[in-house]
Amino acid sequence: MNRLRLVRRNNESWLVKVAVPIASILLAILVGWIFLAVSGYEAAETYRRMIQGAFGSPYAVSETIVKAIPLALTGLAVSIAFRMKLWNIGAEGQLYMGAFAAGGVVLLLGDWPSLPLLTLMLVAGFAAGAIWGLIPGALRAIWNVNETITTLLLNYVAIFWVSYLVFGPWKDPNAMGFPLAPRFPETAYLPAIPGSRVHVGILIAVVVAIILYMVLKYTRWGFEVRVAGESPEAARYAGMNVARNILLVMLVSGGIAGMTGMIEVSGITHRLQQDISANYGYTGIIIAWLARLNPFAILLVAFLFGALLVGGFGVQTFGIPYAIVLMLQGAVLFFLLAGEIMLKYRVTMSRED
Amino acid sequence: MDLNSIVALLAVAIVAGTPLLFAAMGEVIAERSGILNLGVEGMMLVGAVTGFMVTINTGNHWLGILAAAGGGAILSAIHAFICVTLKGNQVVSGLALTIFGTGTSGFLGKNYVGLPVADRFTSIDIPWLGDIPILGPILFQHDAMVYLSMILALALWYIMYRTSWGLSIRSVGENPAAADAVGISVSRVRYLATIIGGMMAGLGGAYLSLAYAPTWQESITAGRGWIAVALVIFALWNPLRAIAGSYLFGGVEALTFRIQTAGFQISPFFLSMLPYLFTILVLVAVTIRLRQEAGVPAALGFPYDREER
Repeated sequence: MNRLRLVRRNNESWLVKVAVPIASILLAILVGWIFLAVSGYEAAETYRRMIQGAFGSPYAVSETIVKAIPLALTGLAVSIAFRMKLWNIGAEGQLYMGAFAAGGVVLLLGDWPSLPLLTLMLVAGFAAGAIWGLIPGALRAIWNVNETITTLLLNYVAIFWVSYLVFGPWKDPNAMGFPLAPRFPETAYLPAIPGSRVHVGILIAVVVAIILYMVLKYTRWGFEVRVAGESPEAARYAGMNVARNILLVMLVSGGIAGMTGMIEVSGITHRLQQDISANYGYTGIIIAWLARLNPFAILLVAFLFGALLVGGFGVQTFGIPYAIVLMLQGAVLFFLLAGEIMLKYRVTMSRED
Repeated sequence: MDLNSIVALLAVAIVAGTPLLFAAMGEVIAERSGILNLGVEGMMLVGAVTGFMVTINTGNHWLGILAAAGGGAILSAIHAFICVTLKGNQVVSGLALTIFGTGTSGFLGKNYVGLPVADRFTSIDIPWLGDIPILGPILFQHDAMVYLSMILALALWYIMYRTSWGLSIRSVGENPAAADAVGISVSRVRYLATIIGGMMAGLGGAYLSLAYAPTWQESITAGRGWIAVALVIFALWNPLRAIAGSYLFGGVEALTFRIQTAGFQISPFFLSMLPYLFTILVLVAVTIRLRQEAGVPAALGFPYDREER
């Protein structure tokens, strides 16, 4: 009897490495197509409108970039944790805490000149996100508490905290009852390209990607993180301080996510409000995985997912539920995981007696 | 607080704990076989929406319950395929399941948001038991799903510790190579355990949309799937402890309602944080006490590859 067998590959083939993510995206689109068609929507028309919404005009492209900025940053944030097999799925909450801290700085020191104000907001955003990441990090480092669950649960706490502020003590009395904190003074806006919403955050994302790449590739710490991720026992044997590395990684990971929150309130919403993030923290996980944790690939994938978000917003006006975006994201991740077997194994036929 | 309101509070705790109990039991089965499924939230949501849609369209909530189990089963089968057959990363696959389930449920349920359920679950006083003072109103004056979850938990405990099926599941989760050597099909057990787990999560979700809420809204689970995952650790992978844990967590939820209605000057947002903070605290306490990792299925999270024994 002939049987399909999986034979472990000795080295990962480059062709497969590129083909798997692309095939995953295409297959996810196909799944979405089927769901749309079965639910009675015009699938082809929906996708056409999504593409048009994301790339159809200079404004559309600029909006895609606007969404790609926080996606790239949260992707980078979680990628460093994933390197060490630390499952930080709390970027969403860390983002909100960063936004809260940045908003707090504006509230206290709003009359400062722009550059020091923005710098302080960025530092505060990083610090708040870092603290929010350090809590589960410390619990993991000291008592081995499962960080997947704690990071996720802290997302809810952070979001409720921001809601509390914008509904309560920080509510703008001039917002006609809407749950919004007061609008920032213009000195607290991130500089943007005139006529668009594309702001300096794009440079920050690129710089963060470069720094992460350099740190992982050329520093001793980066080496330790990679080793600890691949084999915690080997890391411990080699005398590396695993607990310290967990704390550092969660600090950096949470910090970058917190910075993302600052960038969103300072660059886009210009005030603290409830819905700062369109699931950026969760989408970042998919982006990081799709990019195989490579910082530069994350930038590229974030652009694609930015397009998906903008396209998804666009088709809402034609009655397509926005949830299609999440569905496609989940499907991409499934196919990617399924495809990874192609990286590790070759499929062969063998004769079984 | 007088006795009556305490009894009422505890009765609400049971109801609020029921979706958690279904989901946690399902995750106990899956994890006992060595498969970590972090997609509970997604499976609950799909169960909630399919159960709701079928109930609305057929007018029969038992058909809805069946559909919910089916929805959970389909999603968990994807997870089983990736984790067992393809030996993929269980953490990431579970996250994918949560994201996919959140999206799919939102997509499917778009036109059902906020509709009322015609055929809702009504409470059944169990004759005799329901008449016991104090205990009766707390435990035995609920709807059928509450009883179903209790019976399932007891049955699951029995199966897990007193039957050869249970032994197979546990041995596959502890030492798959040894189980394989005595002729147990590791993949089959893991597939079955994961899919039954998915069905249970689906039932938990349907309880929310058909009995607890009872209506459909996006992300109606509000993190309960994750609380259920934490509950499994709290329960030390034991179905009986899962009952206690679910009602304890249900009690926290009931207490937040109670505080809200009692008119305390606490922001509702802080009250809403309570279940999540409580879960984290409990998780920390249990993990510290666990130390030797007693109870953790030894092969949890690791794919089994016969050739790499």
